[in-house]
Amino acid sequence: MITELADWVSDPANWQGPDGVPARVLEHLGYVGLGLVLAAVIAVPVGLFVGHTGRGGVLLVGSGNAIRALPTLGLVTFLFLVFTDSLVAAIVGLVVLAIPPILAGTYAGIQAVDRDVVDAAEGMGMRGWQRLWRIEVPISLPLVLGGVRNAVLQLVATAAVAAYVGLDGLGRYLIDGLANLDYGAVVAGAIVTALLAVTLDLLLAGAQRVVLPKGVRLATGTGPSAAAEPTREVTA
Amino acid sequence: MTFLDELGRFLGSENVREQLGRNLLEHCYLALLPLVLGVVLAIGAGWLGRGRRRMRGALFVVGNVLYTIPSLALFLVIPGIIGTKITSSVNVVLALTIYTTALLVRPVLDALDNVPAHVVASATALGYRPARRFLAVELPLAVPVLAAGVRVASVSNISLVSVGALIGTGGLGVLFTDGFQRTYFAPIVVGIVLTVLLALVVDVLLVALRRVLTPWDRTAPTRAEVTAA
Repeated sequence: MITELADWVSDPANWQGPDGVPARVLEHLGYVGLGLVLAAVIAVPVGLFVGHTGRGGVLLVGSGNAIRALPTLGLVTFLFLVFTDSLVAAIVGLVVLAIPPILAGTYAGIQAVDRDVVDAAEGMGMRGWQRLWRIEVPISLPLVLGGVRNAVLQLVATAAVAAYVGLDGLGRYLIDGLANLDYGAVVAGAIVTALLAVTLDLLLAGAQRVVLPKGVRLATGTGPSAAAEPTREVTA
Repeated sequence: MTFLDELGRFLGSENVREQLGRNLLEHCYLALLPLVLGVVLAIGAGWLGRGRRRMRGALFVVGNVLYTIPSLALFLVIPGIIGTKITSSVNVVLALTIYTTALLVRPVLDALDNVPAHVVASATALGYRPARRFLAVELPLAVPVLAAGVRVASVSNISLVSVGALIGTGGLGVLFTDGFQRTYFAPIVVGIVLTVLLALVVDVLLVALRRVLTPWDRTAPTRAEVTAA
Protein backbone atom coordinates (compact mmCIF):
# COMPACT_ATOMS: atom_id res chain seq x y z
CA MET A 1 0.00 0.00 0.00
CA ILE A 2 2.78 2.42 0.97
CA THR A 3 4.75 1.75 -2.23
CA GLU A 4 1.61 2.19 -4.35
CA LEU A 5 0.97 5.48 -2.58
CA ALA A 6 4.56 6.65 -3.11
CA ASP A 7 4.41 5.67 -6.79
CA TRP A 8 1.20 7.59 -7.28
CA VAL A 9 2.41 10.69 -5.48
CA SER A 10 5.75 10.77 -7.31
CA ASP A 11 4.14 10.44 -10.76
CA PRO A 12 4.10 14.00 -12.19
CA ALA A 13 1.12 13.10 -14.40
CA ASN A 14 -1.05 13.08 -11.27
CA TRP A 15 -0.22 16.70 -10.49
CA GLN A 16 -1.18 18.39 -13.76
CA GLY A 17 -3.98 18.54 -16.30
CA PRO A 18 -7.72 18.09 -15.74
CA ASP A 19 -7.23 14.91 -13.66
CA GLY A 20 -4.37 16.36 -11.60
CA VAL A 21 -4.59 17.15 -7.91
CA PRO A 22 -4.68 20.99 -8.30
CA ALA A 23 -7.58 20.82 -10.78
CA ARG A 24 -9.48 18.35 -8.59
CA VAL A 25 -8.94 20.46 -5.48
CA LEU A 26 -10.28 23.54 -7.30
CA GLU A 27 -13.34 21.60 -8.49
CA HIS A 28 -13.96 20.38 -4.98
CA LEU A 29 -13.63 23.90 -3.59
CA GLY A 30 -16.04 25.11 -6.26
CA TYR A 31 -18.75 22.67 -5.15
CA VAL A 32 -18.17 23.49 -1.50
CA GLY A 33 -18.33 27.24 -2.22
CA LEU A 34 -21.46 27.00 -4.35
CA GLY A 35 -23.20 24.75 -1.82
CA LEU A 36 -22.22 27.06 1.01
CA VAL A 37 -23.44 30.26 -0.68
CA LEU A 38 -26.79 28.73 -1.66
CA ALA A 39 -27.30 27.21 1.79
CA ALA A 40 -26.34 30.46 3.54
CA VAL A 41 -28.73 32.50 1.37
CA ILE A 42 -31.55 30.28 2.65
CA ALA A 43 -30.41 29.50 6.20
CA VAL A 44 -29.03 32.82 7.49
CA PRO A 45 -32.21 34.91 6.99
CA VAL A 46 -34.39 32.13 8.43
CA GLY A 47 -32.05 31.72 11.40
CA LEU A 48 -31.98 35.48 12.00
CA PHE A 49 -35.77 35.68 11.82
CA VAL A 50 -36.36 32.77 14.17
CA GLY A 51 -33.64 33.90 16.57
CA HIS A 52 -34.79 37.53 16.57
CA THR A 53 -38.52 36.89 16.92
CA GLY A 54 -38.28 33.62 18.86
CA ARG A 55 -40.99 32.16 16.63
CA GLY A 56 -40.58 28.63 15.26
CA GLY A 57 -37.54 27.66 17.31
CA VAL A 58 -38.87 24.22 18.19
CA LEU A 59 -39.77 23.45 14.60
CA LEU A 60 -36.33 24.60 13.45
CA VAL A 61 -34.44 22.46 15.93
CA GLY A 62 -36.65 19.44 15.23
CA SER A 63 -36.33 19.56 11.46
CA GLY A 64 -32.58 20.12 11.79
CA ASN A 65 -32.35 16.89 13.79
CA ALA A 66 -34.36 14.95 11.22
CA ILE A 67 -32.04 16.10 8.42
CA ARG A 68 -29.01 15.16 10.52
CA ALA A 69 -30.21 11.55 10.52
CA LEU A 70 -30.49 11.50 6.70
CA PRO A 71 -27.86 9.20 5.21
CA THR A 72 -25.73 11.23 2.78
CA LEU A 73 -25.33 8.44 0.27
CA GLY A 74 -29.07 7.73 0.29
CA LEU A 75 -29.90 11.39 -0.29
CA VAL A 76 -27.41 11.76 -3.12
CA THR A 77 -28.49 8.58 -4.96
CA PHE A 78 -32.15 9.50 -4.48
CA LEU A 79 -31.60 13.00 -5.90
CA PHE A 80 -29.66 11.54 -8.82
CA LEU A 81 -32.61 9.33 -9.78
CA VAL A 82 -34.90 12.37 -9.50
CA PHE A 83 -32.78 14.81 -11.51
CA THR A 84 -30.78 12.31 -13.64
CA ASP A 85 -27.93 14.82 -13.66
CA SER A 86 -25.01 14.37 -11.30
CA LEU A 87 -24.17 18.06 -10.91
CA VAL A 88 -27.74 19.18 -10.15
CA ALA A 89 -28.32 16.23 -7.81
CA ALA A 90 -25.05 16.84 -5.97
CA ILE A 91 -25.60 20.59 -5.53
CA VAL A 92 -29.14 20.07 -4.23
CA GLY A 93 -27.83 17.43 -1.83
CA LEU A 94 -25.01 19.70 -0.67
CA VAL A 95 -27.43 22.56 -0.01
CA VAL A 96 -29.87 20.33 1.88
CA LEU A 97 -27.12 19.02 4.15
CA ALA A 98 -25.43 22.41 4.69
CA ILE A 99 -28.59 24.25 5.72
CA PRO A 100 -29.13 22.70 9.19
CA PRO A 101 -25.70 23.57 10.66
CA ILE A 102 -25.85 27.18 9.39
CA LEU A 103 -29.42 27.52 10.61
CA ALA A 104 -28.52 26.10 14.02
CA GLY A 105 -25.46 28.36 14.33
CA THR A 106 -27.37 31.50 13.36
CA TYR A 107 -30.27 30.70 15.63
CA ALA A 108 -28.01 29.80 18.56
CA GLY A 109 -25.94 32.95 17.95
CA ILE A 110 -28.92 35.29 18.09
CA GLN A 111 -30.36 33.42 21.07
CA ALA A 112 -27.07 33.72 22.93
CA VAL A 113 -27.10 37.52 22.80
CA ASP A 114 -27.48 38.86 26.33
CA ARG A 115 -31.04 40.21 26.74
CA ASP A 116 -29.71 43.11 28.84
CA VAL A 117 -27.60 44.25 25.89
CA VAL A 118 -30.67 44.20 23.62
CA ASP A 119 -32.66 46.08 26.26
CA ALA A 120 -29.91 48.69 26.53
CA ALA A 121 -29.96 49.12 22.74
CA GLU A 122 -33.71 49.59 22.84
CA GLY A 123 -33.31 52.10 25.65
CA MET A 124 -30.88 54.02 23.45
CA GLY A 125 -33.65 54.29 20.87
CA MET A 126 -32.57 51.63 18.38
CA ARG A 127 -35.35 50.17 16.28
CA GLY A 128 -35.81 46.44 15.53
CA TRP A 129 -33.67 46.41 12.39
CA GLN A 130 -30.96 48.52 13.98
CA ARG A 131 -30.83 46.23 16.98
CA LEU A 132 -30.59 43.22 14.66
CA TRP A 133 -27.79 44.62 12.46
CA ARG A 134 -25.79 46.62 14.95
CA ILE A 135 -26.15 44.51 18.09
CA GLU A 136 -27.40 40.98 17.54
CA VAL A 137 -25.58 40.17 14.28
CA PRO A 138 -22.08 41.31 15.34
CA ILE A 139 -22.33 39.61 18.73
CA SER A 140 -23.62 36.36 17.23
CA LEU A 141 -21.16 36.31 14.33
CA PRO A 142 -18.70 33.85 15.94
CA LEU A 143 -21.48 31.33 16.53
CA VAL A 144 -22.83 31.88 13.01
CA LEU A 145 -19.35 31.16 11.69
CA GLY A 146 -19.27 28.08 13.94
CA GLY A 147 -22.32 26.88 12.00
CA VAL A 148 -20.57 27.71 8.73
CA ARG A 149 -17.57 25.69 9.92
CA ASN A 150 -19.74 22.65 10.54
CA ALA A 151 -21.43 23.17 7.18
CA VAL A 152 -18.09 23.32 5.34
CA LEU A 153 -16.97 20.01 6.85
CA GLN A 154 -20.28 18.50 5.83
CA LEU A 155 -19.87 19.92 2.30
CA VAL A 156 -16.30 18.65 1.79
CA ALA A 157 -17.38 15.18 2.93
CA THR A 158 -20.59 15.10 0.92
CA ALA A 159 -18.94 16.34 -2.28
CA ALA A 160 -16.53 13.39 -2.00
CA VAL A 161 -19.40 10.93 -1.56
CA ALA A 162 -21.25 12.52 -4.50
CA ALA A 163 -18.44 11.35 -6.80
CA TYR A 164 -20.32 8.05 -6.67
CA VAL A 165 -23.12 9.55 -8.79
CA GLY A 166 -20.62 11.17 -11.16
CA LEU A 167 -19.58 14.45 -9.58
CA ASP A 168 -16.00 15.59 -10.31
CA GLY A 169 -13.63 16.81 -7.59
CA LEU A 170 -11.46 14.84 -5.18
CA GLY A 171 -14.01 12.07 -4.77
CA ARG A 172 -13.07 10.89 -8.28
CA TYR A 173 -9.75 9.53 -6.98
CA LEU A 174 -11.59 7.58 -4.29
CA ILE A 175 -14.42 6.17 -6.40
CA ASP A 176 -12.44 5.56 -9.62
CA GLY A 177 -9.47 4.23 -7.66
CA LEU A 178 -11.73 1.71 -5.91
CA ALA A 179 -13.31 0.70 -9.23
CA ASN A 180 -9.91 0.26 -10.94
CA LEU A 181 -8.22 -1.27 -7.88
CA ASP A 182 -5.72 1.63 -8.02
CA TYR A 183 -5.10 1.83 -4.27
CA GLY A 184 -2.34 4.40 -4.64
CA ALA A 185 -4.88 6.84 -6.08
CA VAL A 186 -7.44 5.89 -3.42
CA VAL A 187 -5.19 6.53 -0.45
CA ALA A 188 -3.58 9.65 -1.97
CA GLY A 189 -7.03 11.06 -2.79
CA ALA A 190 -8.23 10.29 0.72
CA ILE A 191 -5.23 12.07 2.24
CA VAL A 192 -5.68 15.15 0.01
CA THR A 193 -9.40 15.27 0.88
CA ALA A 194 -8.61 15.04 4.59
CA LEU A 195 -5.98 17.78 4.30
CA LEU A 196 -8.43 20.03 2.46
CA ALA A 197 -11.01 19.60 5.21
CA VAL A 198 -8.50 20.26 7.99
CA THR A 199 -7.12 23.34 6.21
CA LEU A 200 -10.56 24.86 5.60
CA ASP A 201 -11.51 24.22 9.22
CA LEU A 202 -8.36 25.95 10.47
CA LEU A 203 -9.00 28.97 8.22
CA LEU A 204 -12.56 29.28 9.50
CA ALA A 205 -11.41 28.89 13.10
CA GLY A 206 -9.08 31.84 12.45
CA ALA A 207 -11.94 33.83 10.92
CA GLN A 208 -14.04 33.16 14.01
CA ARG A 209 -11.39 34.77 16.16
CA VAL A 210 -11.10 37.78 13.87
CA VAL A 211 -14.83 38.58 13.77
CA LEU A 212 -15.35 38.45 17.53
CA PRO A 213 -16.40 41.99 18.49
CA LYS A 214 -13.87 43.70 20.76
CA GLY A 215 -16.57 44.52 23.30
CA VAL A 216 -17.52 40.86 23.68
CA ARG A 217 -13.88 39.86 24.02
CA LEU A 218 -13.39 42.41 26.79
CA ALA A 219 -16.68 41.54 28.48
CA THR A 220 -16.09 37.78 28.65
CA GLY A 221 -12.38 38.22 29.35
CA THR A 222 -11.80 34.61 28.30
CA GLY A 223 -10.54 35.37 24.83
CA PRO A 224 -12.30 34.30 21.70
CA SER A 225 -11.76 30.55 21.95
CA ALA A 226 -14.49 29.84 24.49
CA ALA A 227 -17.18 31.48 22.41
CA ALA A 228 -15.79 30.41 19.07
CA GLU A 229 -15.63 26.64 19.50
CA PRO A 230 -18.54 25.18 17.54
CA THR A 231 -20.66 22.30 18.73
CA ARG A 232 -19.64 19.47 16.44
CA GLU A 233 -22.49 17.77 14.68
CA VAL A 234 -21.32 16.69 11.24
CA THR A 235 -22.81 13.54 9.78
CA ALA A 236 -21.01 12.88 6.50
CA MET B 1 -46.19 2.06 -12.70
CA THR B 2 -46.55 4.32 -9.70
CA PHE B 3 -43.98 4.49 -6.97
CA LEU B 4 -46.28 2.76 -4.48
CA ASP B 5 -46.69 -0.24 -6.81
CA GLU B 6 -42.92 -0.36 -7.16
CA LEU B 7 -42.51 -0.21 -3.40
CA GLY B 8 -45.13 -2.91 -2.89
CA ARG B 9 -43.41 -5.21 -5.34
CA PHE B 10 -40.02 -4.60 -3.78
CA LEU B 11 -41.22 -5.27 -0.23
CA GLY B 12 -43.48 -8.13 -1.38
CA SER B 13 -40.53 -10.36 -2.13
CA GLU B 14 -39.56 -12.65 0.73
CA ASN B 15 -35.92 -12.61 -0.37
CA VAL B 16 -35.83 -8.83 -0.20
CA ARG B 17 -37.34 -8.79 3.28
CA GLU B 18 -34.81 -11.33 4.54
CA GLN B 19 -32.00 -9.31 3.01
CA LEU B 20 -33.37 -6.13 4.61
CA GLY B 21 -33.31 -7.79 8.02
CA ARG B 22 -29.68 -8.80 7.53
CA ASN B 23 -28.73 -5.31 6.34
CA LEU B 24 -30.46 -3.73 9.31
CA LEU B 25 -28.69 -6.02 11.81
CA GLU B 26 -25.35 -5.38 10.17
CA HIS B 27 -26.05 -1.64 10.21
CA CYS B 28 -26.76 -1.77 13.96
CA TYR B 29 -23.54 -3.65 14.58
CA LEU B 30 -21.43 -1.31 12.44
CA ALA B 31 -22.89 1.83 14.05
CA LEU B 32 -23.27 0.75 17.69
CA LEU B 33 -20.05 -1.17 18.30
CA PRO B 34 -18.04 2.02 17.58
CA LEU B 35 -20.42 3.95 19.83
CA VAL B 36 -19.61 1.65 22.77
CA LEU B 37 -15.88 1.64 21.99
CA GLY B 38 -15.88 5.42 21.62
CA VAL B 39 -17.60 5.97 24.97
CA VAL B 40 -15.04 3.73 26.69
CA LEU B 41 -12.13 5.50 24.99
CA ALA B 42 -13.51 8.97 25.74
CA ILE B 43 -13.92 8.05 29.41
CA GLY B 44 -10.33 6.81 29.38
CA ALA B 45 -9.23 10.09 27.84
CA GLY B 46 -11.24 11.89 30.51
CA TRP B 47 -9.38 9.98 33.22
CA LEU B 48 -6.08 10.98 31.64
CA GLY B 49 -6.91 14.60 30.88
CA ARG B 50 -8.94 15.78 33.86
CA GLY B 51 -7.26 18.46 35.84
CA ARG B 52 -4.25 18.55 33.50
CA ARG B 53 -4.36 21.63 31.30
CA ARG B 54 -1.75 20.66 28.72
CA MET B 55 -3.03 17.12 28.30
CA ARG B 56 -6.53 18.55 27.93
CA GLY B 57 -5.41 20.96 25.24
CA ALA B 58 -3.60 18.21 23.35
CA LEU B 59 -6.64 15.91 23.52
CA PHE B 60 -8.90 18.69 22.20
CA VAL B 61 -6.60 19.46 19.27
CA VAL B 62 -6.22 15.81 18.27
CA GLY B 63 -9.96 15.23 18.64
CA ASN B 64 -10.81 18.29 16.58
CA VAL B 65 -8.48 17.39 13.71
CA LEU B 66 -9.67 13.77 13.57
CA TYR B 67 -13.29 14.88 13.63
CA THR B 68 -12.64 17.15 10.66
CA ILE B 69 -11.59 14.31 8.31
CA PRO B 70 -14.39 13.38 5.86
CA SER B 71 -15.78 9.89 6.45
CA LEU B 72 -15.06 8.41 3.04
CA ALA B 73 -11.49 9.70 3.24
CA LEU B 74 -11.00 8.27 6.75
CA PHE B 75 -12.44 4.88 5.69
CA LEU B 76 -9.77 4.80 2.99
CA VAL B 77 -6.80 6.30 4.86
CA ILE B 78 -7.06 3.74 7.69
CA PRO B 79 -6.14 0.71 5.55
CA GLY B 80 -3.16 2.73 4.29
CA ILE B 81 -1.97 3.16 7.88
CA ILE B 82 -2.80 -0.13 9.60
CA GLY B 83 -2.65 -2.41 6.55
CA THR B 84 -6.19 -3.83 6.65
CA LYS B 85 -7.90 -4.80 3.40
CA ILE B 86 -9.40 -1.71 1.81
CA THR B 87 -12.91 -3.25 1.77
CA SER B 88 -12.72 -4.55 5.34
CA SER B 89 -15.48 -3.51 7.74
CA VAL B 90 -12.76 -3.03 10.38
CA ASN B 91 -11.98 0.29 8.64
CA VAL B 92 -15.55 1.51 9.14
CA VAL B 93 -15.70 0.39 12.77
CA LEU B 94 -12.36 2.02 13.51
CA ALA B 95 -13.25 5.27 11.71
CA LEU B 96 -16.56 5.60 13.55
CA THR B 97 -14.84 4.79 16.85
CA ILE B 98 -12.45 7.67 16.13
CA TYR B 99 -15.33 10.07 15.39
CA THR B 100 -17.26 9.01 18.49
CA THR B 101 -14.22 9.42 20.74
CA ALA B 102 -13.31 12.77 19.17
CA LEU B 103 -16.85 14.04 19.63
CA LEU B 104 -17.08 12.93 23.26
CA VAL B 105 -13.65 13.95 24.58
CA ARG B 106 -14.58 17.60 25.12
CA PRO B 107 -17.95 17.08 26.83
CA VAL B 108 -16.50 14.33 29.05
CA LEU B 109 -13.60 16.53 30.14
CA ASP B 110 -15.83 19.55 30.66
CA ALA B 111 -18.26 17.48 32.71
CA LEU B 112 -15.50 15.93 34.84
CA ASP B 113 -13.94 19.33 35.49
CA ASN B 114 -17.34 20.67 36.52
CA VAL B 115 -17.87 18.11 39.28
CA PRO B 116 -18.01 20.34 42.38
CA ALA B 117 -14.80 20.24 44.39
CA HIS B 118 -16.70 19.66 47.64
CA VAL B 119 -18.27 16.50 46.20
CA VAL B 120 -14.84 15.12 45.31
CA ALA B 121 -13.53 16.15 48.73
CA SER B 122 -16.46 14.43 50.50
CA ALA B 123 -15.83 11.22 48.56
CA THR B 124 -12.15 11.38 49.45
CA ALA B 125 -13.01 11.99 53.11
CA LEU B 126 -15.30 8.94 53.02
CA GLY B 127 -12.28 6.88 52.03
CA TYR B 128 -12.79 6.57 48.26
CA ARG B 129 -9.48 5.95 46.48
CA PRO B 130 -8.97 7.84 43.17
CA ALA B 131 -9.99 4.99 40.83
CA ARG B 132 -13.14 4.14 42.77
CA ARG B 133 -13.97 7.81 43.27
CA PHE B 134 -13.70 8.35 39.51
CA LEU B 135 -16.00 5.42 38.67
CA ALA B 136 -18.49 5.80 41.51
CA VAL B 137 -18.73 9.57 41.97
CA GLU B 138 -17.21 11.71 39.24
CA LEU B 139 -18.27 9.62 36.22
CA PRO B 140 -21.94 9.23 37.25
CA LEU B 141 -22.15 12.99 37.72
CA ALA B 142 -20.83 13.41 34.16
CA VAL B 143 -23.48 11.10 32.70
CA PRO B 144 -26.02 13.78 31.65
CA VAL B 145 -23.43 15.63 29.58
CA LEU B 146 -21.95 12.39 28.28
CA ALA B 147 -25.42 11.15 27.30
CA ALA B 148 -26.08 14.32 25.30
CA GLY B 149 -22.88 13.71 23.35
CA VAL B 150 -23.64 10.02 22.87
CA ARG B 151 -27.01 10.90 21.32
CA VAL B 152 -25.35 13.14 18.74
CA ALA B 153 -22.71 10.49 18.05
CA SER B 154 -25.28 7.73 17.60
CA VAL B 155 -27.28 9.67 15.02
CA SER B 156 -24.08 10.57 13.23
CA ASN B 157 -22.75 6.97 13.26
CA ILE B 158 -26.02 5.50 12.02
CA SER B 159 -26.06 7.98 9.16
CA LEU B 160 -22.36 7.46 8.33
CA VAL B 161 -22.36 3.66 8.15
CA SER B 162 -24.15 3.94 4.79
CA VAL B 163 -21.10 5.57 3.24
CA GLY B 164 -19.31 2.28 3.95
CA ALA B 165 -21.30 0.73 1.10
CA LEU B 166 -18.94 2.57 -1.26
CA ILE B 167 -15.98 0.55 0.03
CA GLY B 168 -18.02 -2.65 0.08
CA THR B 169 -19.12 -3.06 3.70
CA GLY B 170 -22.70 -4.08 4.41
CA GLY B 171 -25.48 -2.33 6.24
CA LEU B 172 -28.37 -0.35 4.82
CA GLY B 173 -26.03 1.60 2.52
CA VAL B 174 -26.08 -1.40 0.18
CA LEU B 175 -29.67 -0.43 -0.68
CA PHE B 176 -28.44 2.91 -2.03
CA THR B 177 -25.75 1.46 -4.30
CA ASP B 178 -28.22 -1.21 -5.42
CA GLY B 179 -30.94 1.33 -6.22
CA PHE B 180 -28.46 3.57 -8.02
CA GLN B 181 -27.08 0.76 -10.18
CA ARG B 182 -30.57 -0.46 -11.17
CA THR B 183 -32.14 3.05 -11.40
CA TYR B 184 -34.68 1.81 -8.90
CA PHE B 185 -36.29 4.13 -6.32
CA ALA B 186 -37.74 1.50 -3.97
CA PRO B 187 -34.54 0.28 -2.28
CA ILE B 188 -33.23 3.84 -1.88
CA VAL B 189 -36.42 5.09 -0.23
CA VAL B 190 -36.66 2.01 2.00
CA GLY B 191 -33.00 2.48 2.97
CA ILE B 192 -33.48 6.15 3.89
CA VAL B 193 -36.63 5.43 5.91
CA LEU B 194 -35.03 2.52 7.77
CA THR B 195 -31.89 4.55 8.56
CA VAL B 196 -33.88 7.47 9.95
CA LEU B 197 -36.16 5.12 11.93
CA LEU B 198 -33.16 3.29 13.36
CA ALA B 199 -31.61 6.60 14.43
CA LEU B 200 -34.88 7.56 16.10
CA VAL B 201 -35.31 4.25 17.95
CA VAL B 202 -31.73 4.25 19.22
CA ASP B 203 -32.15 7.87 20.35
CA VAL B 204 -35.26 6.98 22.37
CA LEU B 205 -33.41 4.04 23.94
CA LEU B 206 -30.47 6.29 24.84
CA VAL B 207 -32.77 8.79 26.55
CA ALA B 208 -34.29 5.91 28.54
CA LEU B 209 -30.82 4.61 29.43
CA ARG B 210 -29.80 8.05 30.64
CA ARG B 211 -32.81 8.20 32.92
CA VAL B 212 -31.98 4.80 34.37
CA LEU B 213 -28.38 5.87 34.99
CA THR B 214 -29.26 9.18 36.69
CA PRO B 215 -32.06 8.38 39.18
CA TRP B 216 -31.32 11.61 41.11
CA ASP B 217 -32.04 13.78 38.12
CA ARG B 218 -35.52 12.80 36.91
CA THR B 219 -37.40 16.02 37.31
CA ALA B 220 -36.54 18.22 34.36
CA PRO B 221 -34.39 17.75 31.27
CA THR B 222 -30.92 19.17 31.80
CA ARG B 223 -29.50 22.09 29.91
CA ALA B 224 -27.12 19.81 28.03
CA GLU B 225 -30.01 17.67 26.90
CA VAL B 226 -31.98 20.61 25.63
CA THR B 227 -29.07 21.92 23.56
CA ALA B 228 -28.45 18.48 22.07
CA ALA B 229 -32.10 17.94 21.19
